[in-house]
Amino acid sequence: MKEILILAYRLLVSDKGKYTALLVGTTFSVFLIVQMTSSFAGILTKASATVINIGASMWVMDPAASNTVFGSIPMPDYVLDAVRSINGVKYAVPLSVSAALLKLHDGTYQAVTVLGLDDTSLVGRPQLLQGNINDIFAENGFIAVKDEEFPKLENPAIGTEFELNNHRGVIVGIAKVATGTLYGTPTLYTTYYRAIQYIPSYAFTISYILVEPKTRSDIPYIKQEIARLGYLAETNQEFQNGISDYLKYKTSIGTNTLLMTVISFLVGLSICGQTFYTFILENLEHFGALKAMGAKGRELVCVILFQAGFTALVGYGLGIGLSTLLITAAKLRLPEYSSRVTFTNLGLAFVMVLIIASISGYAGVRRVLKIEPFEIFRG
Amino acid sequence: MPRAAIVADKLTKWFGAGEARTYAVKEASFEANWGEMLYIVGPSGSGKTTLLSMISGILRPNSGSVAIDGRDLWSQSDNEIADFRLNTIGFVFQDYHLFPRLTTAENVAIPLVLQRRRWDEALSAAAQCLKIVDLADKGQLPPTKLSGGEQQRVAIARAIVHQPEILVFDEPTASLDGETGRKIVSFVKAEILTAKRCIVIVTHDSRIFEYSNRIMEMEDGRVTGFRQGETV
Repeated sequence: MKEILILAYRLLVSDKGKYTALLVGTTFSVFLIVQMTSSFAGILTKASATVINIGASMWVMDPAASNTVFGSIPMPDYVLDAVRSINGVKYAVPLSVSAALLKLHDGTYQAVTVLGLDDTSLVGRPQLLQGNINDIFAENGFIAVKDEEFPKLENPAIGTEFELNNHRGVIVGIAKVATGTLYGTPTLYTTYYRAIQYIPSYAFTISYILVEPKTRSDIPYIKQEIARLGYLAETNQEFQNGISDYLKYKTSIGTNTLLMTVISFLVGLSICGQTFYTFILENLEHFGALKAMGAKGRELVCVILFQAGFTALVGYGLGIGLSTLLITAAKLRLPEYSSRVTFTNLGLAFVMVLIIASISGYAGVRRVLKIEPFEIFRG
Repeated sequence: MPRAAIVADKLTKWFGAGEARTYAVKEASFEANWGEMLYIVGPSGSGKTTLLSMISGILRPNSGSVAIDGRDLWSQSDNEIADFRLNTIGFVFQDYHLFPRLTTAENVAIPLVLQRRRWDEALSAAAQCLKIVDLADKGQLPPTKLSGGEQQRVAIARAIVHQPEILVFDEPTASLDGETGRKIVSFVKAEILTAKRCIVIVTHDSRIFEYSNRIMEMEDGRVTGFRQGETV
């Protein structure tokens, strides 16, 4: 069979025009599919940025909280005590997430997200690029996150001052985080008590309770006990999934991305399908001649499926390469560009390209199997 | 007494059904012997090509039988008949049916590739066959760069590369000028025909009749007679 596949390969690549058209169609389709889904994956990742960056194993929240980190409903302090008393909880700490307006040195205002970390443990603290983490306890100390939103704070350095609700704030550290945020606001870290002191809130102040279970097997029991308190506990991944599902199914972003992905698939299918079918039609008499010479139906099917599959794989590789190149180049120039190539994206594009190859190949196989060698004799 | 390579007995083929039924071949019987170059001649529509298709395992007859070297052809399964075509028959089609974008050598190697011979081995055998047809230096060219006569010789090389016992030619000189046609057929008779091979040529080109051993005439689907030609 290897020799027949070599023949199939030679028949395919020796028709440079058609082969190029097939590759262009497949590559373009994969490129569009990967671009669409990677952009969406980037948006999903950024939407979960706070969950990823804080990195707690479990998050406790009000069940009515919307599926964004910023849609939290503050909880009373006794919930924290109750959670801490659950068997299997290694530790539980409060987290404050709030939006605020900073008055910068030049007098302009800038919206920011302030994360208040537990004063005693600083669970969820970022990795510092400059400064000392203990300085967060200094008077008015804040840590600025150096992400794509950082310039909106006028690129502060250690010692830069600002005003927050008539309170003085000082940058005592510059940090980096795993993922930038989606909502275009810079992020500041400070202690929990400073956050609730500086930023007006409701009667209750705890946005989330971060929980570390003693073992992973304790998680179901902890969730159950927290549910009995009337609150919701989710693992880090569940919380991220919830945010993703919200964007996928309850906003137009998911629908639009899905539509664009389907359109990309159809574009690829129409280009590849038509080109491959034309390729088969142009070679139909030659396939008939092969049949007359003794090629069996299954061998011709192998030839066509190999040609379709080979084109799909090469086009897939080129499409992925092109997408990755473009995303990398775009990220170098545009820090806010949110795009992320994930294995799911790659898998989805692969499945779609296989479907394109299968449909294209199927159309060709039907024609080739129908041709009678006698037609070749009759000319 | 010559031994029969092909024995066709009362071969009949019709197309269509009911009132639209048209007989292409009616009860055609003949024998072709080893070492013989048999011509099937007749006007257009006389059933020559249909008859050739039935004796070469391409078109199943409605009735009658074909025996190749004593073995009934059409009682075999489709796969066996495909194998028969692959191993026993060498085809030279009227329009050659060479793959225009493969090299000449690759075109010639195709029957060996279908026989699952190694690619390099097939190309090497193809190069040998191209030598036989005097196209040794054209192996790397695509067939589109060759003249009509050269393409015909490539088709012949492809037909003999797997050393089949029976060669069938369909109108081999239809696309060639008279002189080239005669050269090709005389070459086939001199170099390709052996005592262990049988060649059947369908033609209505009277300019090449002189190279035949025997001529079978057809008209309206029936065999109307035989004429004796040269003998090997």
